Amino acid sequence: MITITDQTIDVQAVIAAAESERAGAIDVFIGTVRNHNNAKAVLRLEYETYDAMAVKKMQELAAEAVRRWPVEKVAMVHRKGVLQIGDVAVVVAVATPHRAASFEACQWLIDTLKQVVPIWKKEIYENGEEWLEAHA
Amino acid sequence: MQRIVLLLNMAQNFTIALFGIARDIVGTNTLTLSTEPELNVEALLAQLKAAYPRLGEIRSLLVAVNSEYAEATQVLNSSDEIAIIPPVSGG
Repeated sequence: MITITDQTIDVQAVIAAAESERAGAIDVFIGTVRNHNNAKAVLRLEYETYDAMAVKKMQELAAEAVRRWPVEKVAMVHRKGVLQIGDVAVVVAVATPHRAASFEACQWLIDTLKQVVPIWKKEIYENGEEWLEAHA
Repeated sequence: MQRIVLLLNMAQNFTIALFGIARDIVGTNTLTLSTEPELNVEALLAQLKAAYPRLGEIRSLLVAVNSEYAEATQVLNSSDEIAIIPPVSGG
């Protein structure tokens, strides 16, 4: 399961998609919307995605994780659209035979997703808004 | 032979998808550029920054061609799916 969705992410369904009888560990990362950033109160987030390329890049990351670690299954789902404080924005689940590899692979997947997958986040404040990372 | 020369000199139309802050600055999701053939990624970005100077203030601006990040020297075809990629911030 590697997708972009404009619906609430079903975390249990993402975890279920990573289940494997050969795995002794599933590491799960859940990214949620927090109510502040750089000391500014955040009202909500708006995520924009380049769907076709984002899914392709996420599939490439999953394939790379399989090359680097003994990964049995990977599931990655990212949300788009308007998200409120506390909403789940992204879920990554990685199943491996032993736990150490699942921690490493999951961290690498979310770190690299944030660097290369074409998804953009706009923070909405009381008095304005800002696309994150856009300016130095 | 003459026909080939004519084709090479014809202007090409490029359709460019815009996202995030780049879309806000340009004010549209897609832009059509009519320009000389043999346009490469670097020249496309230079044209866009000249037309929309605020694009030059963005920390980095990449171009994706057919869902793949493109090098500055890559030459564009009018059939390519071209997208402007401002700094990503998923997660």
